Amino acid sequence: MSAPLTKRERMKLERVAMRERNADERARSFDEVNLGFTAEMAKLEAMRCLECKQPKCIDGCPVGIEIDKFLRLVADGQIGAAAEVIQRDNLLPAICGRVCPQEKQCEGACVLAKKERPIAIGHLERYVADYVRNEGFEYVAETPAPTGKRVAVVGSGPAGLACAGDLIQSGHEVTVYEALHEPGGVLVYGIPQFRLPKEIVSAEIAGLETLGVRFEMNAIVGRTYTLDELLASNDAIFIAVGAGLPRFLEIPGENLIGVYSANEFLTRVNLMKAYLADNDTPVLDIKGKRVVVFGGGNTAMDGARTAQRLGAKKVRVLYRRTEEEMPARREEVRHAREEGVQFDFLVSPTELFGNDGVLTGVALQAMELGEPDESGRRRPQPIAGSVKAIDADLAVVAIGNGPNPLLLATVPDLGRTRWGTIAVDEETGRTSMPGIFAGGDIVTGGATVILAMGAGRTAAASIEDWLTSGEWDTTASASVE
Amino acid sequence: MFAITDAHFVGPDVKRFEVTAPQIARHYQPGQFVIVRVDKGGERIPLTVAGADPDQGSITLFVQGIGKTTCTLNNLETGDSIADVAGPLGKPSDIRTYGTAVVVGGGVGTAIAYPVVRALTEAGNRVVAIVGGRTSEHVLLKDELAGTGADVVICTDDGSQGRPGFVTDALAEIIDSNWVDIIFAAGPVPMMRAVADVTRPKAIETIASLNPIMVDGTGMCGGCRVDVGGKTMFACVDGPEFDAHLVDFDLLARRNQSYADIEAADLAAFSSDCSLDKR
Ligand SMILES: Cc1cc2nc3c(=O)[nH]c(=O)nc-3n(C[C@H](O)[C@H](O)[C@H](O)COP(=O)(O)OP(=O)(O)OC[C@H]3O[C@@H](n4cnc5c(N)ncnc54)[C@H](O)[C@@H]3O)c2cc1C
Ligand SMILES: Cc1cc2nc3c(=O)[nH]c(=O)nc-3n(C[C@H](O)[C@H](O)[C@H](O)COP(=O)(O)OP(=O)(O)OC[C@H]3O[C@@H](n4cnc5c(N)ncnc54)[C@H](O)[C@@H]3O)c2cc1C
Ligand code: SF4
Ligand code: SF4
Ligand code: FES
Repeated sequence: MSAPLTKRERMKLERVAMRERNADERARSFDEVNLGFTAEMAKLEAMRCLECKQPKCIDGCPVGIEIDKFLRLVADGQIGAAAEVIQRDNLLPAICGRVCPQEKQCEGACVLAKKERPIAIGHLERYVADYVRNEGFEYVAETPAPTGKRVAVVGSGPAGLACAGDLIQSGHEVTVYEALHEPGGVLVYGIPQFRLPKEIVSAEIAGLETLGVRFEMNAIVGRTYTLDELLASNDAIFIAVGAGLPRFLEIPGENLIGVYSANEFLTRVNLMKAYLADNDTPVLDIKGKRVVVFGGGNTAMDGARTAQRLGAKKVRVLYRRTEEEMPARREEVRHAREEGVQFDFLVSPTELFGNDGVLTGVALQAMELGEPDESGRRRPQPIAGSVKAIDADLAVVAIGNGPNPLLLATVPDLGRTRWGTIAVDEETGRTSMPGIFAGGDIVTGGATVILAMGAGRTAAASIEDWLTSGEWDTTASASVE
Repeated sequence: MFAITDAHFVGPDVKRFEVTAPQIARHYQPGQFVIVRVDKGGERIPLTVAGADPDQGSITLFVQGIGKTTCTLNNLETGDSIADVAGPLGKPSDIRTYGTAVVVGGGVGTAIAYPVVRALTEAGNRVVAIVGGRTSEHVLLKDELAGTGADVVICTDDGSQGRPGFVTDALAEIIDSNWVDIIFAAGPVPMMRAVADVTRPKAIETIASLNPIMVDGTGMCGGCRVDVGGKTMFACVDGPEFDAHLVDFDLLARRNQSYADIEAADLAAFSSDCSLDKR
């Protein structure tokens, strides 16, 4: 081994680029775009870390992974040990390494971000997780003594999975109830294969099953089971049903054939695998057609890139603010562009029109940015008299999701916020009802995988408290408005 | 997996299934449906629950083979099983003591209407069930309907049983000469539209059980949206029953044809002995 590099030498090194499938090839394929680091690349990249005394990167990670430690281990080639460090805080590293908005979190906070070459923490996390999975590395958790306590987790998205993972390792009996026929939440029905291969999600879920978590599919809580039924047979419940209610534009023409919510479009293609010949679920044929996507988040990018892969002639993302304000991960925007997706900023649809009930075009109002709104982003406002029409055969509406009301409608007593999300005490995830906890998108509104996971872990810790103390301190539960 | 404990044809292309699904049987209320995925790789389709036996832990489904999924299902026998059955979904029918109720069912819509007839008679209503089909053979559940205590009026297109002609003709006659408090309709879109047209001038409250294409059935995709009185509703969670006088039936009919080409090709590629009885 050569002598370790000095800080100054390390600072001179370039960020190691991720290997990617060529843009022309991937624009027509559902295979994963990013190809991962080789062992040498991972080592080289990890070596660049300055090993800060007070690592800023950790502050940027919502679950506080000891990033400096795991980077050091990767640089030393001790990948198994690196995986253990990550696993302490993150049970789904292969997923988070792929889908976290790193530029706003760990990498955004890294001291090297100022020089525009932050350590590729996400890529390295992914590398470590993939390595141990592919090498069949056993993550040996000690079998805990059974406590005899039972917990029901409602929803199998990242929040539910993370909560189940922690609780099972404390010796509780855990059953996850999922409405759909497959577990994973947005990870399986929303985020496409080319960004997050489903085999990875099922491997992480299989890991939880090995630890003893039970999964019950086709179980719609509020319908198949009432919450009362679950309360009677469990000592605690964690509600993690996500933000699954698609918002529409509320403009004329929204129910024309050819107008999809992003949820429907992506569910048909991802969960139901409409892109594979041997699956029955259809998706409208868009080969050679013109597709417009409304929105600027990850969902919009996924919709646009999925349409591209289904053979569209032209895909345009229409966003009412500018590129600066787009909430999507930077990498997705770059990938979409390279794949041929076109972006139109400062436009907002006012009407969808069609022929014989089938979409043919959309009227767009030009916008400009005005004063900042409550969220701090400058508010788009229409420029008078400036409307144009463009042709479109398919429209994907990706302007956000609200809380799914199905379960909530059956429990009127559960406290909510004025946005209709479940009210909880942030520190503990406790709702207004004893024994019931909640977290993830159903509490925060559409957010991120890692925040949902973090909420699942917070709830697991406080469920543990509740199960051992049996005390429901009302000051540490949601106050109902 | 959900076991099929009994399966037999009850009409030319309609099969009756008993399926083990204890939790659904326990919570089911008339008007609700399930989402079924026959096998891995299959699509998710909605089917009305025609009845439930909480003690046996089973539910009853009637399936009309009209496309690949329903034909695949109708090829299953007693002892086979269905990969996924999720429910009960949708809002239950609003069963009250209205007075006199007329329930109109056409084709497989009769299966959808049957539990409503039973619940309405049990709630103390005087119920007239008008059921139709092309020929006598195509009229489902005659005995079951009669067993509820409702007056049953049978209509066939060819006059092979009951009155010749459409269910709407029978309906028009009944509402002309009797006081009727409420009407429920379930069946093909043109039939439901015709029922609404007949009852609108008399302003009799009319409920239609809508059958748009669905995916999840839980309010997550918006694929099932329908226009009711100018407002967009999700049939799976806001319905499936709506005020028939306010429903945009044209939109529903068009949206149900969204995938007609693809589905036809799928079915052609899928060889089955399932008779395709297009009405
Ligand atoms: C298309 C898309 C792309 C995204 N891309 C990214 C990304 O790149 N990076 C990122 O960090 N975040 C991304 N997000 C956001 C992220 O996926 C979510 O914030 C996260 O999945 C929320 O997790 P959750 O566990 O709260 O809920 P979900 O993942 O929504 O899971 C909720 C689960 O509960 C089930 N459920 C609902 N109601 C019931 C009921 N009554 N009974 C039983 N089960 C029920 C649902 O079927 C679902 O499986 C994306 C979101 C979408 C839609
Ligand atoms: C709430 C609800 C309850 C239902 N209950 C029953 C029931 O109890 N028994 C039963 O047999 N069927 C019922 N249906 C209809 C059933 O879901 C469809 O017949 C089925 O989805 C068709 O699938 P397929 O693959 O066999 O046919 P496809 O190949 O998908 O379709 C064949 C043809 O029918 C049209 N079509 C597709 N979906 C529907 C639909 N939902 N309604 C009407 N036409 C459609 C297609 O455009 C195509 O022309 C119900 C539908 C809803 C929404
Ligand atoms: S979990 Fe996400 S934010 Fe945390 S280190 Fe990993 S990629 Fe960064
Ligand atoms: S802030 Fe950047 S350089 Fe510092 S320890 Fe973290 S990853 Fe390394
Ligand atoms: S079927 Fe998806 S929202 Fe109704």
